[in-house]
Amino acid sequence: MDAIILQILNGLDKGSAYALIALGLTLIFGTLGVVNFAHGALFMIGAFCAVTLSRLIGLSHKVEVEGETDFLGNPLTKDVPYIYDWFGEATGAAIVDWAVPLAILFAIPVMILVGVVMERGLIKHFYKRPHADQILVTFGLAIVLQEVIKYFYGANPIPTPAPSAFTGSFDFGVLIGFDANTIIYPYWRLVYFAFAAVIIGAVFAFLQFTTFGMVVRAGMADRETVGLLGINIDKRFTIMFGIAAAVAGLAGVMYVPINPPNYHMGMDFLVLSFVVVVVGGMGSLPGAVLAGFLLGILESFASMREVIDLIPGINQIIIYLVAIIILLTRPRGLMGRKGVMED
Amino acid sequence: MLGLDKKDAVLLVIVAVLTMFAPFILNPFPEGSAMAQFNAGYPDLMQRFVIFGIFAIGFNILFGLTGYLSFGHAAFLGVGSYAAVWMFKLLSMNVIPAIVLAVIMSGLFALLIGYISLRRSGIYFSILTLAFAQMMFALAYSVLTPITGGETGLQLALDDPRILGQSQTPEGNIPVPGLFGFEMRDSAELVIGSWVFTFNLGYYFCGVILLLAFYLAIRIFRSPFGMMLRAIKSNQQRLNYTGINPKPYTLAAFVISGMYAGLAGALMASMDPLAGAERMFWTASGEVVLMTILGGVGTLIGPVLGAGAIKYMENIISKINSDILHSWFAFLPDGLEDFVVTIVYPFIGKGWHLTLGIIFMLVVIFLPGGLVEGGQRISSWLRNRRARRDDRRSKTEPAE
Repeated sequence: MDAIILQILNGLDKGSAYALIALGLTLIFGTLGVVNFAHGALFMIGAFCAVTLSRLIGLSHKVEVEGETDFLGNPLTKDVPYIYDWFGEATGAAIVDWAVPLAILFAIPVMILVGVVMERGLIKHFYKRPHADQILVTFGLAIVLQEVIKYFYGANPIPTPAPSAFTGSFDFGVLIGFDANTIIYPYWRLVYFAFAAVIIGAVFAFLQFTTFGMVVRAGMADRETVGLLGINIDKRFTIMFGIAAAVAGLAGVMYVPINPPNYHMGMDFLVLSFVVVVVGGMGSLPGAVLAGFLLGILESFASMREVIDLIPGINQIIIYLVAIIILLTRPRGLMGRKGVMED
Repeated sequence: MLGLDKKDAVLLVIVAVLTMFAPFILNPFPEGSAMAQFNAGYPDLMQRFVIFGIFAIGFNILFGLTGYLSFGHAAFLGVGSYAAVWMFKLLSMNVIPAIVLAVIMSGLFALLIGYISLRRSGIYFSILTLAFAQMMFALAYSVLTPITGGETGLQLALDDPRILGQSQTPEGNIPVPGLFGFEMRDSAELVIGSWVFTFNLGYYFCGVILLLAFYLAIRIFRSPFGMMLRAIKSNQQRLNYTGINPKPYTLAAFVISGMYAGLAGALMASMDPLAGAERMFWTASGEVVLMTILGGVGTLIGPVLGAGAIKYMENIISKINSDILHSWFAFLPDGLEDFVVTIVYPFIGKGWHLTLGIIFMLVVIFLPGGLVEGGQRISSWLRNRRARRDDRRSKTEPAE
């Protein structure tokens, strides 16, 4: 029992990332009808927003330490971040420590901007082109984006820690009445899951309870009629693209402490996210979220020792296997609508 | 000629001339000159041009004719490589049985995967092929290690049986792949002045196979079968209503293109007898998509051009470093030189992927027909200009 709960928990963080990326992909696909292969790159850019912010905050200058010298007799210097000068040492240290969560505030405007520029600058011209062209041009864009990041940040993963309050693990088992040390779970993964849940909730609430969201949903159902009613649906869809980019970016920001970001993390996630979207059903937002968590949890179950002993190698292929089975038995995915990408 | 009409025969002859004289054509700069690094006429790279050319021709038969975008084609290349290396291990170092087995094996795999994947079309088909390829990659990397060699890849060993050949050479080395006594790595060099041309047996072997593959592709393109595939691309529904079941045709195209990929994989293993799982990774499948698009989807010569262009960039542009850049722009004033070098630097050397990505995007945006369309546009523009000039010249002033 405890092993099952542990595997579910383990699956949640990866599932959250899949769900967030797949949600963004589906938002773009559902509104604009564009298959965005550059979405993984947006996830990666979000992660590097966190890296950038933590570097910016860490910018420092040298200060001589009074009364101490190094072994050559020169005055000893130490690096003091500018932020210490501005906010005092205690606050400054706290800000440096909390760089990753703070990067959320930094990433939202950046990602929305990136998304809007991408839509207006490139993707707008591809609405009338076949899906294959959209896949190819965004694939090219993803290559370009990741090479640009590689040029500036290098090819190696950049470790960026979570705030010290959330490093380490806690005993989740005790909370729900198991013996101590049966279910140990890192704090940050729980934070990531909660964060993902909040974002997913916010996106759904935005679509469900605001006028803007209502218009967007109407546009997803029948773009032409909404346009005929005199509503500038293109502008709203552009904004939705920005929001989808922000969702992917935020998923990236918070993923940084779990896995140090490198330039090809986007591509690694992209392939799986596409599988997630297809399993969930193209164009279905709840389907994307559901499939994301489902596949994340399945993947973690498949990595259990007992399962691997039973079917060797299953942990490597479970997602693809599930995708193939679902695509062949439920052609529209778990929750796909009729008439979406049927051709 | 050979059942081709005049235009196709000319095309085949052009390709034949290009492949046979490639050691000359790709080595235009004398040895030791500043431009010598742009020479691509060394056997290793020329073999890669040709092998990836075959791979792309095969991919084009599927994608160019039927419009089904497979994102897992590298899996068949990997199967071909493994099959060929197993043949080297078990039977003999002759490349012919290796290639035959590789083509058969990849054909069988393509039949199985194609039969399942082709139940869906559009992006679902792409995802299905991607999923199969990734599964094969993951399995080859982990569980199937006894068959595939896992992370180290499948290599030849001294104690392999090789029942028709010899386990080891009299000197105690692992024998090299060959063709009835000739070794694939045999090369002859021709020195003319300061030019050095290398003629490699392996390259010419691959070259002949490329020509055969290309000829077969022309025949497929021009056949009623090819016409049927085109019909599937343009309007499958209509085909259904006509009472024709398109599935056997697409499946045949899928298997043929999988066999081409297996052939390419076998040739790779013949040139360098090892096979690794990374050949099946999805980026390798993406690469052949890039090649085909860059050259021109649905055209005969396009995929070969695209494969050549990408492999050339990968090997030549990636070798340029900042010293070389400085020597190029040395004629500029110092400050300007540094500035230009700084601007250009991100696009060369390790950044060649960036150049590739940008070129690829530009091609998809402005030239959906790839390099071939670019060539056609330029030639038609030239022709128009000449026509207009002739027009003007021949126009006579009306007599008053």
